Amino acid sequence: MLEHHRKLERTAIGFVLAIMLVASIGGFIEIAPLFTIDETVEDVPDMRLYTPLEQAGRNIYTREGCYACHSQMIRTLQDEVERYGPYSLAVESKYDHPMLWGSKRTGPDLARVGDKYSDAWHVKHLMDPRSVMPTSVMPAYKWLARTPLDYEDLGLHLKTLRKVGVPYTDAMIEHAAADAFGQANPNSDEAYDLEERYGEDSNIRVFDGDSARLTEMDALVAYLQILGQLTDASYQETPLQSNKGTE
Amino acid sequence: MSEPERDPHTGRLTTGHDWNGIKELNSPVPKLVWFFLILTTVIAVVMWVLLPTWPTGRDYTKGILNTNQYKVLDASLEAGAKQRAPWTHTFETTGFDELQADPAAMLIVRENGRRMFEDNCAMCHGRDGQGGRGFPDLTDDQWLWGGSPEDIMETLRVGVNNKHDEARLSQMLAFGRDGILDTNQRRQVVSYVQSLSEHDDASHVAALKPADIEAGRDVFAMQCATCHGVDGKGLPTMGAPNLTDDFWLYGGRRSDIEETVYGGRQGVMPFWEDRLDEVDRKILTLYVLDMGERQK
Repeated sequence: MLEHHRKLERTAIGFVLAIMLVASIGGFIEIAPLFTIDETVEDVPDMRLYTPLEQAGRNIYTREGCYACHSQMIRTLQDEVERYGPYSLAVESKYDHPMLWGSKRTGPDLARVGDKYSDAWHVKHLMDPRSVMPTSVMPAYKWLARTPLDYEDLGLHLKTLRKVGVPYTDAMIEHAAADAFGQANPNSDEAYDLEERYGEDSNIRVFDGDSARLTEMDALVAYLQILGQLTDASYQETPLQSNKGTE
Repeated sequence: MSEPERDPHTGRLTTGHDWNGIKELNSPVPKLVWFFLILTTVIAVVMWVLLPTWPTGRDYTKGILNTNQYKVLDASLEAGAKQRAPWTHTFETTGFDELQADPAAMLIVRENGRRMFEDNCAMCHGRDGQGGRGFPDLTDDQWLWGGSPEDIMETLRVGVNNKHDEARLSQMLAFGRDGILDTNQRRQVVSYVQSLSEHDDASHVAALKPADIEAGRDVFAMQCATCHGVDGKGLPTMGAPNLTDDFWLYGGRRSDIEETVYGGRQGVMPFWEDRLDEVDRKILTLYVLDMGERQK
């Protein structure tokens, strides 16, 4: 045995491979079983899909690196649940590719920020964070309001997501651009079609306060307003948690 | 490679390696390291038995303690609720008047209310509740939806213009954009509205054309009075503001009022029924009212 080890120690690459093999055992036995255990991802029938506009907002969120300062993961800790709401469930990230849980909170967690503030607030905050929160260190994102959203290729985004398991239908992929337009243009025919495809709970309104143009601001606010709203499961799982801070 | 030899200083053997005359002692692993290695292994074995550990295909061993992070969380939330139970009971069962007169209750309101206000409300209404353009000031005596404790608590529960089933709904029409009033009519009605509003400095009224004010009065009676009232004093049941005072949610300059009449206003307040329970909403109501009192 020792003799074998002596040999192994003397072949550099073999030894490195051996170290990697041993080091991966811990990860393997902790992570691999999660793929077979039934409880890992909850089964939720009312789970909604991101609409194309929300998906576009998600891409902007990723592009601007929002995840570097904001997590989207409420842990099972008293202070987090009391401040942010019910803890995050795995199923809520089911259609997140990539997931944006984050690991650092310079700003607050955003997992339940959807519907917590008005669209007007989000726009004002993104234009000038200090105007609503004097002590904020967040940068301003003014250009989002004047940059037209590039939504023509959203169908391809949806198609790619379908390859990794998000159940977009052919119609959703085909009409992605029109759906993105419709979501920010209430009373349009496209808005009606979007509602048909994505359900009547879809948020259809002028997100950035400017109905004339579809901007990146529309997309990002649409995305922020859906965070934590894709399913009600978390609210059913944990009873209404009161927010009284930790004593 | 040299043969292992005994080191004269420590009395231990060397490893037998020799690097240009440098040799290495073959010291055994310290006992303390062994001790902790064995201890942590024993603890791990005990944990396997007590806590959820081993995967078994589609399931996993639950451990004889039958606990998990969700149960631990529930227990800590319950403990917190129990600690607060004496006063949450008071808040559940006591009316607003009595609570407002009870210094001990108001102490709780100021401490817990402040924390909740800063977590949830301060983003729009400001830390001191003074709001901003489009976000109502909570410390003045002007309330779009009524200023009684019951009204405020209901506004907190359902919010304004959101998707709550019972949300308070209020839409000021886009009189200009949607072509309801032409440019002349808008000018007239803005003049009339300006003449209504009470202002320390009356010079802005003096600058208005009397003919505009007169014509604006008719436009107002036709288009605006349904919500804002014949006298312009507003209707809390419609969420329509009083136009005769000097509080302006979207700014009181002529250009602001013109913008409001042209594009309409649909302020949104989120609903808090899902996020804050009844006691929390009651505390926040009292906190908001108290905040206004203290800032007078």
